[in-house]
Amino acid sequence: MDFTFMWETFRQLLTGVPLTLNLAFTSVAFGAVLAMMLALMRMSGIAVIEMIAKAYVFVFRGTPLLVQIFLIYYGLGQFRPTLQELGLWTFFREPYWCAILALTLNTGAYASEIIRGGLQSVPYPQVEAAKAAGMSGFLLFRRIVFPIAVRQALPAYGSEIILMVKATSLASIITMMEVTGLAAKMISQTFRAVEIFVVAGVIYLILNFAITRLIMALEWWLSPHLRRPPSIEPRIEAAHV
Amino acid sequence: MSDGAPILTTSHPPAVEVENLRKSFGSLEVLKGVSLTAKDGDVISILGASGSGKSTMLRCINMLEVPDSGQISIGGEAIKLKRTRHGMEPADQKQVDRIRSRVAMVFQSFNLWSHMTVLENVIEAPIHVQKRPRAECIAEAEAMLQKVGIVDKRNQYPSHLSGGQQQRAAIARALAMRPQVMLFDEPTSALDPELVGEVLRVMRALAEEGRTMLVVTHEMGFARDVSNRVMFLHQGMVEEEGPPADVFGAPKSERFKQFISSDR
Repeated sequence: MDFTFMWETFRQLLTGVPLTLNLAFTSVAFGAVLAMMLALMRMSGIAVIEMIAKAYVFVFRGTPLLVQIFLIYYGLGQFRPTLQELGLWTFFREPYWCAILALTLNTGAYASEIIRGGLQSVPYPQVEAAKAAGMSGFLLFRRIVFPIAVRQALPAYGSEIILMVKATSLASIITMMEVTGLAAKMISQTFRAVEIFVVAGVIYLILNFAITRLIMALEWWLSPHLRRPPSIEPRIEAAHV
Repeated sequence: MSDGAPILTTSHPPAVEVENLRKSFGSLEVLKGVSLTAKDGDVISILGASGSGKSTMLRCINMLEVPDSGQISIGGEAIKLKRTRHGMEPADQKQVDRIRSRVAMVFQSFNLWSHMTVLENVIEAPIHVQKRPRAECIAEAEAMLQKVGIVDKRNQYPSHLSGGQQQRAAIARALAMRPQVMLFDEPTSALDPELVGEVLRVMRALAEEGRTMLVVTHEMGFARDVSNRVMFLHQGMVEEEGPPADVFGAPKSERFKQFISSDR
């Protein structure tokens, strides 16, 4: 192992981190909106709308992300005249936006199931108490249903965010120079695949470690009701006297 | 009485009026034409074996269950219903929300919002439903928590409280709405025996303040000593009704006799 080389590689691959995080967080943000819409469609009680959401989730969960990226990047080119008419071509000729679109559509499908699980786990008695207090519609959703659902869904959503950080590596296939893209380029120049991919792997580990911590902190902050109250904390130090 | 009450006239409408209420779940008819009138300040205990329809009747009053037929009026305002393919539904959700914000409910299993502290539970609806100023709501909430004896728990979460404390918090939450009527759905049935007393004491104090209360309960002592009217439901019909002294002293219905003797 050539540690000087690996350190140099590390420094070079770090320049890809901003793009990796950019792809991951932009698509997670757009994907969350899409997922919420899909989850509400699934729970709408209107058969046609439910079917559309179900079919969407089926297709995007059932096909590989790589295939989706290829289809969007190469496939949309076939509709160039139409897209130009719609003024969307400037958008879709950029590999960046193709990657964002593919990642968003993909995470939307997975996250909608997570959100649906969260919404369905909201205890009905608490919803009933809110109704009895005069809440309905969006107010009931915003103040009671959503905050409880988020707390239920957060651990699973944390996994989804980590999966998305790793999924951005597929964007390297369509020329995105994020961490994996840079690594692949360096390998083609140096032929030192093992060292470079080990370093790339370490960078993903560090990123995901930080993200896991952030999500844990968020969970901790959102769930004081699941912890012991400070006043009845067991006095562990007393045992050592 | 309460300073928010409308001006008394000779035709002052009753706080709650239920007329000929019917409700079925599937093929099971739970309520077979029940009527009830509660004047301001009435404390009515509703008794009955499980399955007699007493909770369903209470839940119809604030539209947590929608009756199949019959009429419910709160303070003289009749709740509008419409017939749809799925059965009866409230015709005007805004009206239902408005009426619900004047009719507070206390549930058997407390149903406090788990993600909010006790204080946040109490101020939630006054701020977001009744749109009252936050500072005023907090001050009033603390007074209510003082009244039910758990003001020291205001920053704790429901899961950190005992059942009796949770139910008292739920009563404070109901009181904070400045309700015209309070509905209690078996408020002590989920409590350990030693915690029942603290909740009944609070309810007794509310009755003495002259609040209008409809209480579905199994507590015969409360029905006898605190309420001014008792109603006994059997298989979806009113079997016995009247002031507690009459009803308990000289029950007309054989079933009610059995019911109160089996309780002892």
